[in-house]
Amino acid sequence: MARNIGRFLVLIAAALIYSSALASSIFQPISDSHRSAALELFNPLGGSFSSVEKTYEELRTFEVLGIDKRSDISTAACQSVSEILGSSSSTLKDLFYALKVNGILQCGIKEDVFEGVASRLQSVVGGASALLDFYYSVGGLVLIKGQTSKDDLYLSDAEGVFRSIKALSQSDGRWRYNSNNPESSTFAAGLALEALAGIVSLSSSEIDQSLISTTKNDILKLFDSIEKYDDGAFYFDEKLVGAREHQGALSTTSSVVRGLTAFAAVTSGSLNLPSGKILGLAKFFLGIGIPGDAKDLFNQVDSLAFLESNTVSIPLILSLPATVLSLTKKDALKVKVNTVLGSNAPPLTVNLLQVLRSGSKDTSLIESQELKFDPEIAVYTLDAMPKSVDVGKYTFVFEMVLHDSDHKNLYATGGRIRIPIFVTGVIEVDSAEIAVLDSDLGSIETKKKIDLAGENTVSLSANHLQKLRLSFQLSTPLGHAFKPHQAILKLTHETKVEHMFVMGSSGKQFEIILDFLGQVEKFFYLSGRYNVQLAVGDAVMENSFLKAIGHVDLDLPAPPEKAPQPPAQPLDPNLIYGPKAEIAHIFRAPEKLPPKKLSLTFSGLTLLPFLGFLVGLLRLGVNLKNFPSSSVPAVFATLFHLGIAAVLSLYMLFWLKLDLFTTLKALSFLGAFLMFVGHRILSHLASSSSKLKSA
Amino acid sequence: MARTTSSDAQALFHSLRSAYTSTPTSLKIIDLYVCFAVFTAIIQVVYMAVVGSFPFNSFLSGVLSCVGTAVLAVCLRIQVNKENKEFKDLAPERAFADFVLCNLVLHLVIMNFLG
Repeated sequence: MARNIGRFLVLIAAALIYSSALASSIFQPISDSHRSAALELFNPLGGSFSSVEKTYEELRTFEVLGIDKRSDISTAACQSVSEILGSSSSTLKDLFYALKVNGILQCGIKEDVFEGVASRLQSVVGGASALLDFYYSVGGLVLIKGQTSKDDLYLSDAEGVFRSIKALSQSDGRWRYNSNNPESSTFAAGLALEALAGIVSLSSSEIDQSLISTTKNDILKLFDSIEKYDDGAFYFDEKLVGAREHQGALSTTSSVVRGLTAFAAVTSGSLNLPSGKILGLAKFFLGIGIPGDAKDLFNQVDSLAFLESNTVSIPLILSLPATVLSLTKKDALKVKVNTVLGSNAPPLTVNLLQVLRSGSKDTSLIESQELKFDPEIAVYTLDAMPKSVDVGKYTFVFEMVLHDSDHKNLYATGGRIRIPIFVTGVIEVDSAEIAVLDSDLGSIETKKKIDLAGENTVSLSANHLQKLRLSFQLSTPLGHAFKPHQAILKLTHETKVEHMFVMGSSGKQFEIILDFLGQVEKFFYLSGRYNVQLAVGDAVMENSFLKAIGHVDLDLPAPPEKAPQPPAQPLDPNLIYGPKAEIAHIFRAPEKLPPKKLSLTFSGLTLLPFLGFLVGLLRLGVNLKNFPSSSVPAVFATLFHLGIAAVLSLYMLFWLKLDLFTTLKALSFLGAFLMFVGHRILSHLASSSSKLKSA
Repeated sequence: MARTTSSDAQALFHSLRSAYTSTPTSLKIIDLYVCFAVFTAIIQVVYMAVVGSFPFNSFLSGVLSCVGTAVLAVCLRIQVNKENKEFKDLAPERAFADFVLCNLVLHLVIMNFLG
């Protein structure tokens, strides 16, 4: 039982911490757990992937995470890449991803192969009308340009292609997949932006600035449709439900991020995007945690890698290694600032602006102060906890200030960052005592001090005219009054009937007075020994406890007739759900059999009458003279006797192994035969004897 | 008195024996057979009294087999006896055929019951 309550306390504490952590979650940059997850999620069966797209996703994820696993799959991957690039029948999509894989692995594809692919892609770009065709072919050309020494790879009519892609855009910033399809999609917008960025980089001359600026306008419009979570994360979602290929929020956002960063990289001039939204996108990807799916992990890691190096604004993530700080152990407040992939931030100062007690109004407990930076471990620390911070739940408000004013446009810091912090400590328990009072006068009959830190075995006795008083004091490390989440007194009768009482408090003092006279009904008139336990627990109390104090012998009056019965004790769940007792099979004891000798003797004895019968026959002078002498009746007589013998031996077989039906079947034949021969011989005998008589 | 009784008994036995000698041999054979069957049954009953009736159906079938045969043999004897006017029209061969048939049926049941 004690263990159950202990578990319950822990559960409540965990639930409290969890629920408050959800309210404003803390985003941690990419860490080693992502790396191990990546190694687990991408484990190709037998070293080969089902498609070149998957291969690219794996390689790209490993590349971003800094895992060197290229050699494991490079041979197989390079082989399929050269096959795809060499074949004239491979699809655009495969070509595109094969080129991407080659970009990472450097497979050493020959120049003329690239030339063939490039001319094929050029022709596709010229005649394409669907967005995906543009996306794969332009993307492929950009990749070829990056992988070969050919700097003269240009699109012949870059502006025309740009316009035809642009023609698919909608007024709200989203794109259509092709001109026949009226449905617009956010995912397609990301693809279109990436393709447009590719065209800009492939263009031999400057693209018309008005085209660029309308595209920038499209991006801004697209960001108007961004959606937001309560924790500050921004994301794009596909509004279209009936789309042919429905994309989730993660892949949609990921596509937009790829397009946005690619477009921002090739165009000059600011996009005028609020840095908070870029930070919000980063928070969205980090807020996912570690995805359980390879595709999701690729989208997350790939997008974060683009955000890390984008030219709009690079998000900086402020994270805390620990959000539970112990006042007793004098834990220092530590803050880390990283980019999304976990690399170090540019020089900046972290200020602790406010410390707010959770649930109270916005009155800061401290003045704004600067955190000290330790360049060796890249951690910002607050030397000493503010004096006014006691145990409890707080919200700390931080702010990042970049040192270099040029960086202000480059990085997104996100303004004020509110982070929930638990400050825990050892709560001091003082002057605990338990006493039995006389009801009428209130005079103390017995009083015992108890030490709630150690073991207690108090033994008290009381009757229904008396009262039980338990009191103690709780104070925080700073000496303030502390009101724990739970302070419960538990009385357990010998019959396991339990009674719980919540302790009331005034300031530091906790006290409960149990007037047994008023409680007799609640106690079900059960006299006898009650074990006394005290539970005090809170999420921020490091020394939450459940202590047995001792026992009290209660002498209660006999129950009146209509007194309520104590409730039936719940069965031990082990009894209900635990293993049942093993079933012992009881077999009937074998009957006692007589000794073998005796049985054999009697078997022999049964032969004696038969011997006597034979002897008697001999003495009577029995003979077989009447046996028919002529041949035909003799045969029948022999057959008759043989038939009887056959039937008897059939009975013997029936006893030993045959079943009734087999026996009856055989018997029907034998019986008919026996009947026939028996009739013949007996009628012969009868006729001969009647002849004899008449003669 | 005693002597007279014993001599009477002797005389009685003597007359019985002499009367019995005149019985046809075939009837004697049947008598012998009945005795054989009855004694076999008695031995089995004794065995059961000594040991207990555990395989009760086996015991029953053994004893009933003997008793049944004896009863059938007695019936045969009644039918075959020429002094019984009642069965004068019945050929002894026919009686024997009945006896064989009944025995076969009886033993089929016995075997089924033997276990």
